[in-house]
Amino acid sequence: MPHLQDRRPEFARPNEPGPTPNAIEQDADDSEALCEQVRRARVEQTSLRIAGGNTKAFYGRSICAGAELSTRRHRGVVHYDPVELVATARAGTALGDLERLLADNGQRLAFEPPHFGESATVGGMVATGLSGPRRPWVGAVRDFVLGVRLITQEGKHLRFGGEVMKNVAGYDLSRLMVGAQGTLGVLTEISFKVLPKPAASACLRLELFAEVARQRLCEWGRLPLPITGAAFEPASHGNRGILHLRLEGGEGSVNATRQRIGGEEESHRYWEDLREHRLPLFLEPDPRPLWRLSLPSRASRPAIEGDWLIDWGGTQVWLRSGERDIAIFEAAQAAGGHATRFTPCGSESSPFTPLPPVMSRYHRQLKSRLDPEGLFNPGRLYADW
Amino acid sequence: MTRFYDERLDGEIATVDRTALKAAIVAVAPDLTLLDREEDLRPFECDGLSAYRVLPMLVAMPSTLREIESLMRVCFEHDVPVVTRGAGTGLSGGALPLEKGVLLVMSRFNRILELDADARIARVEPGVRNLAISEAAAPYGLYYAPDPSSQIACSIGGNVAENAGGVHCLKYGLTVHNVLAVDIVTIEGERLHLGSEALDSPGFDLLALFMGSEGMLGVITEVTVRLLPKPEVAKVVMASFDDVERAGKAVGDIIAAGCIPGGLEMMDNLAIRAAEDFVHAGYPVDAAAILLCELDGIEADVHADCERVRGLLEAAGATDIRLAQDDAERQRFWAGRKAAFPAVGRVSPDYYCMDGTIPRRELPGVLKGIETLSAEYGLRVANVFHAGDGNLHPLILFDANAPGELERTEAMGGRILELCVEVGGSITGEHGVGREKLNQMCSQFNADEITLFHAVKSAFDERRLLNPGKNIPTLARCAEFGAMHVHHGELPHPELPRF
Repeated sequence: MPHLQDRRPEFARPNEPGPTPNAIEQDADDSEALCEQVRRARVEQTSLRIAGGNTKAFYGRSICAGAELSTRRHRGVVHYDPVELVATARAGTALGDLERLLADNGQRLAFEPPHFGESATVGGMVATGLSGPRRPWVGAVRDFVLGVRLITQEGKHLRFGGEVMKNVAGYDLSRLMVGAQGTLGVLTEISFKVLPKPAASACLRLELFAEVARQRLCEWGRLPLPITGAAFEPASHGNRGILHLRLEGGEGSVNATRQRIGGEEESHRYWEDLREHRLPLFLEPDPRPLWRLSLPSRASRPAIEGDWLIDWGGTQVWLRSGERDIAIFEAAQAAGGHATRFTPCGSESSPFTPLPPVMSRYHRQLKSRLDPEGLFNPGRLYADW
Repeated sequence: MTRFYDERLDGEIATVDRTALKAAIVAVAPDLTLLDREEDLRPFECDGLSAYRVLPMLVAMPSTLREIESLMRVCFEHDVPVVTRGAGTGLSGGALPLEKGVLLVMSRFNRILELDADARIARVEPGVRNLAISEAAAPYGLYYAPDPSSQIACSIGGNVAENAGGVHCLKYGLTVHNVLAVDIVTIEGERLHLGSEALDSPGFDLLALFMGSEGMLGVITEVTVRLLPKPEVAKVVMASFDDVERAGKAVGDIIAAGCIPGGLEMMDNLAIRAAEDFVHAGYPVDAAAILLCELDGIEADVHADCERVRGLLEAAGATDIRLAQDDAERQRFWAGRKAAFPAVGRVSPDYYCMDGTIPRRELPGVLKGIETLSAEYGLRVANVFHAGDGNLHPLILFDANAPGELERTEAMGGRILELCVEVGGSITGEHGVGREKLNQMCSQFNADEITLFHAVKSAFDERRLLNPGKNIPTLARCAEFGAMHVHHGELPHPELPRF
């Protein structure tokens, strides 16, 4: 059955770039070549290492074997209608280009994805599923994905979900692809829900002891306040740390909340630097690996030696620690969460928390049904599949 | 064989002796309540889609997790299909029993296990009613956001199975956006914990995959939901239009202006008149359409938004704009909308509720298309529209006692859904595919896409024992009933079994 032709209106595209000498910078539909490469790999029994802008290649296990399948040529915003709050982009589209287009129309990707480099692509953002500091209040990448097109291991180009806000027809394969790191198929096109930028915002810093900051966040969390960022930087022993807060909403609510909370105004740059890992904890030369801990809001902080920065209102911890991997995984699990090693391990082990045996079995079964030949990013998440 | 499960198309089901099966279950779960007398089975023959009725072979009403696990293992061993039922309010026949299957009724799992106001979460059993969660959270100034119109009766387990929505989805999301974790028992009787109290989990996002999976991948035994602080204030603006198209355009204007209302609903004239006649909400009965726009949040913002929306509605050509003066009037405005379905039920012996989604810009064309179909089939249609998120609920008015009218209604409903797919929408926004829209799945997805759905299913339920004949059609069914293109009688994937 043929898919119905798009009857979608053209959209305004201010700042349309002129012709560029570099062919890779131009919008193009490269999906047929990508399908062909998958079909050939299947025949030749070579696995594929899917790559976009390579800004997040460090995230996950490294894949030694296989040819590279690059989505970079498959780029361009296919459709954007600000009134519908929906944008659809090809996987190789530069994330910065998509964000600029949205910004020109007063909108944004509310989940504030990290770029980690100028060449970051929309496909890489979805495949890794990483969300920025706003995540606890507005949702993650997966919450804004409405539909995807993907290439299966047979080299077929399929469509799941769509460009509508509500859609419960069939299984939600679009969201399953978020964070699957290309192990289940090649993402070629993704539709997102986009949101208007808020009318007002304010960034504040308050000097507080860690326990006080925790109590305040808990108290504020139960009230309808326009908080969309809360990060705490602990200080050296016995001193007050710094609680960074971001408010976004209407003029009235942002002003009222600023009065209520107090503190000093600071630049919004703090949140970009946190999102892009440009703060000292991330940048300063340090032999200890960087870890991300994702924890329940009511968990007590795991007792791991190291330096900390607490984001997501207490539910995401960035940690520099020289402790053994297994000790960190176990401490995070004991607290009801999980840990991810952000500094590449350079070994056989996975940077992701080991799955319980029964979960591991269902992961392997799902992988084997969707990619029986193991073509796509083998071993990217866990060594045995 | 019933008209709702055709073994030739939907797959063969083993014939198992009811007494022997019962004995096998009792042997491992002696205290499990089992019903098998016709008069006991009768109340379970249908869910909210009452035109579809089938008596199950056996009804099981477990009270413990261990009973569910034992039951699943016996059914797995004997190749007996299991259909899970929550409160039975679903509108797509997702909990329609199988005459050769067990109906697993989760209503005894009705306890709120934990509510932590500081962590803003509630851990509940799947049979807990949607509204009961918000009621339990109310003393702490919190609530559970998704509010399907059946929220007084529907269960949270059913909400997860259907990825239920409601009138506040555009701003607050669907079930998938408001659930942190679910516990599952698989068809093999294994326990899985998907998601967590943390905001993400390692591995695949299986939590998202199970949302809206209609009981096809596992049985939900516990749900952890996120609670939100109640908005400080909510105001409703009602605008009347003498033209449906103009009302549709006003919806776009509000959103284009950067405003995300808590709720944005539209009703057409037939729905307005039926609702006004029923609950006296103060609706303008001569308007071609009304918009109800709810703005919620912090007082200062809501006040500013109301002024802005009023200006936009005026510019869009509204003939009358009213801001509910107090909470009583706000409730009255909403009462009309929330009672729209039963209200339409009063002006017609029966009605059939559809659930398509469309890009909002397609609304005028789709409404015209529905009007044409209405004339073609000789059936009246009232339109109720979650305008903010493009979810259309056309209600087809018919008389089930008039010979052939139900069949005509179903045929027309199918045409409406195909129209939604044609303009880039979906055959279901929030009611689910169930048994009802099985054939229409073939017009939204091609054979390869449906094959991939079956591949996902087989990773969790290889033998297709969980709710067979729902949600995802077989290719054989698509070839026979659907719009799937079959060239010279050749199906794609001839090597696959034709279940």
